[in-house]
Amino acid sequence: MIIAQQKQIKEIAAMVSDCKKVALIGCAGCVTVCLSGGEKETEIMAAALRIMRKLEGNPVETITFTATRQCDPEYVEALDGVVKDADAIISLACGVGVQYLAERFDKWVVPALDTNFIGGSKVHGVWEEKCGMCGDCVLHKTGGICPIIRCSKSILNGPCGGSQYGKCEISKDVDCAWQLIYDRMKSLGKLDKLMAIQPPKDWTKSRDGGPRRAVREDVMIG
Amino acid sequence: MRLQYATNIRIVEMTCSGNIDHRVILNAFEEGADGVFVAGCMEGDCHFLKGNIRARKRVNAVKKLLDEIGIGGDRLEMYNLSSAQGGRFAEIANDITAKIKDLGPNPLFKNSSCCGCSCSKEGGDQ
Repeated sequence: MIIAQQKQIKEIAAMVSDCKKVALIGCAGCVTVCLSGGEKETEIMAAALRIMRKLEGNPVETITFTATRQCDPEYVEALDGVVKDADAIISLACGVGVQYLAERFDKWVVPALDTNFIGGSKVHGVWEEKCGMCGDCVLHKTGGICPIIRCSKSILNGPCGGSQYGKCEISKDVDCAWQLIYDRMKSLGKLDKLMAIQPPKDWTKSRDGGPRRAVREDVMIG
Repeated sequence: MRLQYATNIRIVEMTCSGNIDHRVILNAFEEGADGVFVAGCMEGDCHFLKGNIRARKRVNAVKKLLDEIGIGGDRLEMYNLSSAQGGRFAEIANDITAKIKDLGPNPLFKNSSCCGCSCSKEGGDQ
């Protein structure tokens, strides 16, 4: 899922300081799971904003709603009535959701979250980056451990000389991905596969050529 | 045991202090409370094992938020006491009332004669 974290409430309040009625739109997708932009977080942010603005002598009216997903036109269109009277929209979605709302509505749309990375939960309250979205997955060659994002250098033939006692040289808290890959392949009895030298990666499937697009004609309607 | 404690305390019952939610606390302040005190069971005695430990973490997070938005985290406190400690409850209720009185009324309602609700009393609640 996409992992995002809330901006400081003061920063968000400053973005809508001249608005009298603000719609705070949460997202029931990834940001609900990573506890940054779901229904609960949306209501907390609305209450915090109302309190701040009242204390400043500039009260604000808030509307809260949590969309099923903000990255899907059908759920964004359903917000038409919700945001109709709002001067501004605060989106508690990832950067994708903010852009979908900005495309749909001719209003001031601002982000409440900083979109951080693609990852998963380690324990409740801790999330870790797991995928670099390179567009050319190599996990079958590395025992299911991504060297692109989990190796600080993204090298394909590791480890490098900075691997010490299983940790990366950048921090004692960061595991060396290539140590993990080696240990995993060893436990699977597949160390021989690591002997193959990996050629330079095809980065044309990554950020080469601007924003990427995926098309599935077989599922397109109309 | 019939103990006297500050009469302006309003009790909101919850199934467990671990059920306390940021929204409940913020709502109390928006509705006119001058302070909030969360009473959880003694640490180690939670029927749900970690409810009171989680409540304290959540209370600390809301205290930080209250500081950021200008209400002041000092207006929110959590205490651990058992349901058999009636005397201790009354003592805490009086202590927190005195502390909040020192801090003054809820800044959201500082200039209004009432807490903003439909009641007719002067000032807010603890």
